[in-house]
Amino acid sequence: MTEPTLPILEGPNCPLPISDRGQIVIGHGSGGQMTHDLIRDVFQKRLSNPILNTANDAAILPQAPAGQRLVVSTDAHIVSPLFFAGGDIGRLAVCGTVNDVAMLGAQPSFLTATFILEEGFPISDLEAIVDSFAAACVEAGVELVAADTKVTEHGKSDKLFISTTGFGWADSNLTIGGEQAKAGDAVILSGAVGNHGIAVAEARGNLGFSSSVRSDTAPLNHLVAALLDANLDVHVLRDPTRGGLATTLVEIARQSQVNIQLEEDAIPIDKPVRKACDLLGLDPLYLANEGKLILILPAHQAESALNILRARQYGEGAALIGQVLEPSRGQLWIKTPFGTTRILDMLAGEMLPRIC
Amino acid sequence: MTDTPLNTRDASLTKAIMEKIRRVTTQPWNIMEICGGQTHAIMQYGLDQLLPPEITLIHGPGCPVCVTSLEAVEQALQIAARPEVIFTTFGDMLRVPGNKADLFTARSQGADVRVVYSPLDALKFAQANPEKQVVFFAIGFETTAPTIASTILLAEKNDIRNFSILPANVLVPPAMHAILSNPSNRVQGFLAAGHVCAVMGYHEYPPIAEQYRIPIVVTGFEPVDLAAGILMTVRQLESGQHEVANAYPRFVTREGNQTAQNIISRVFEPVDRQWRGIGRIPLSGLGLRPDYASFNAVNRFELDTTPLQESPLCIAGKVLSGVAKPFECPAFGVECTPTHPLGAPMVSAEGACAAYYRYHRTRA
Amino acid sequence: MCLGIPGKVQKLYDQDGTPMAAVDFDGVQQAVCVATTPEVQVGQYVLVHAGFALNILSDYEAEETLKILRDLADFNANLPEEDLRQ
Repeated sequence: MTEPTLPILEGPNCPLPISDRGQIVIGHGSGGQMTHDLIRDVFQKRLSNPILNTANDAAILPQAPAGQRLVVSTDAHIVSPLFFAGGDIGRLAVCGTVNDVAMLGAQPSFLTATFILEEGFPISDLEAIVDSFAAACVEAGVELVAADTKVTEHGKSDKLFISTTGFGWADSNLTIGGEQAKAGDAVILSGAVGNHGIAVAEARGNLGFSSSVRSDTAPLNHLVAALLDANLDVHVLRDPTRGGLATTLVEIARQSQVNIQLEEDAIPIDKPVRKACDLLGLDPLYLANEGKLILILPAHQAESALNILRARQYGEGAALIGQVLEPSRGQLWIKTPFGTTRILDMLAGEMLPRIC
Repeated sequence: MTDTPLNTRDASLTKAIMEKIRRVTTQPWNIMEICGGQTHAIMQYGLDQLLPPEITLIHGPGCPVCVTSLEAVEQALQIAARPEVIFTTFGDMLRVPGNKADLFTARSQGADVRVVYSPLDALKFAQANPEKQVVFFAIGFETTAPTIASTILLAEKNDIRNFSILPANVLVPPAMHAILSNPSNRVQGFLAAGHVCAVMGYHEYPPIAEQYRIPIVVTGFEPVDLAAGILMTVRQLESGQHEVANAYPRFVTREGNQTAQNIISRVFEPVDRQWRGIGRIPLSGLGLRPDYASFNAVNRFELDTTPLQESPLCIAGKVLSGVAKPFECPAFGVECTPTHPLGAPMVSAEGACAAYYRYHRTRA
Repeated sequence: MCLGIPGKVQKLYDQDGTPMAAVDFDGVQQAVCVATTPEVQVGQYVLVHAGFALNILSDYEAEETLKILRDLADFNANLPEEDLRQ
């Protein structure tokens, strides 16, 4: 029997966490040093501004300018894959919320964000996404004023979810909303539909096609500002995101209790989008968009509105696509190039490729 | 197809052909378009609105999702629920209701159900996941059969043994026989499914045209093609003819694609098959030949085969055989909608009921 | 049933023993199996369904189709050839 060899104790030998990792670990959500390092190195480096830099638990926002009201919108962003042609979840998380605020005629000024990270998520991907998030904030003219990160165990979430809330100011006299469409109004679309849906479907890779289609993810608040600056009598503004153009217009028709009729020929759809839809059995009118708006306003202002949109980035492809018909319980009709009409309903569920 | 001189969605050409139909029609005719894809196109472009009131289009049973039997859907659900299985299927099949659940439900309960664009993608999953059993839900008509048969031949050639199919393929000519021999049949002329004929040709049809004294016109899927097929059918009806004609010559020849036919008959053989809402039709399905029986998922897994009951409200059988229009069903648009389908024709975008629901409700 | 659309063969190649074609649909590209159309040539149009080329379109047949359709519609004729309603 020999004596057991005791370890020689020369100071603390408990391992310190590795400080420089390539991926998210549970420690990044501890609230301790690793969380602070992540926030400093990834977020503050890219999203610095005086309000965020106070580093308090909450942000204090300036008072609303005279004659203006606060408009708030919140949105959770989940997209697979996180990167796709024309965008990524970072740009999407900013534009989605900025656009929702802008659709009530408000100028978005501030954002808050929650980043839910899955253990194992590459920090280089997170940096790329936060870069893109920051660039979209600059483009839209909004500041991130409060943010949070959480880390879930591997498998308890999916890579990265981002939830954003947007705050903006709108003129107190504005009455823009989905319930404001009136008989005789013109229906205008700011550009071609279906690009985001096809770009994401292509990026998923399981449908085996490739194309030049890019997501249209973009902030639309500057377009909206230009429309409002021209003193147009805007009745409805809405961005046709999930469910696409058709579902969004059915919502508006029901909210306003009017029938809406579209001219199929007039709806701008890029050729590769149309071809991909033909190939997969998808309908471009039901594909998601992240950088388009529907504008409904009196018909005599349609021309001015089109000129304003077409002269600006993200509005170049604007078109008059239909009109608001008589009051009713709210149906969407489309006139085909064959002179026939059919009814368009909301998207029933997940849009599936129609192979057979 | 920009490189060819043909614009098959040309509105003025379509309208000109429709005008011609109007001029040659003197009495009521019932014409069935066999294929669900044609039903979908007719509704999407509103082509039925351009026809004279005498012409009634009856929407046939050519939606593979719709006619897949309840038994097959239940088998799919049982197979998909197994932990060792990756279940692969064309997209539309996910929403087809079984007795209580659909494949979406199975997925939400943890089943690994994946939508594929091609059966070849299912085979790729099998290669990439050798520890899993990859099962492909083999639905569809003669158009899809060669794609599945080719995939099985590839699996055999590359010795991919963790791949199998749940066979549910069906054949068009036996269904035409079943419709025409029904005592309440109203169909007087057929638009034959152009893409089925692209594979099979149309040499199988003259005996049918002769036996039932009915014109059969091979027809494509674009507005111009459909208008042409209807005109050629009406012309025959008006002059008392019952010939087989081809309005889709750019992809269909009398003999079809021999290579594809050989591939089908190497792997498959005709078997009796249950059609949902219609019943059992003799020799109307494709089953795996004995040499390929090892690729049959039904032989690989132990399955419960208790007989099943369809919803009593649903009149899918009458709709699919052309005896009733979707809106004649009391459940149509009420208990039965695309969000809550009672029967398969409401499930698929091609299904007669879904196509009607989406495109054909009248202005309120 | 059977969604099928025509696309133009850009390239033929072999993938692990499977004959494949790169097919272009006016700006959308897809890898398509040509096991059922082994005679296909680059530049031809094929009818694609579920990732397979089911048949080949010839320019001659396309032009024939157009001719037949125009004849059907009397597209260029000034007067109707018949009007059985009267």
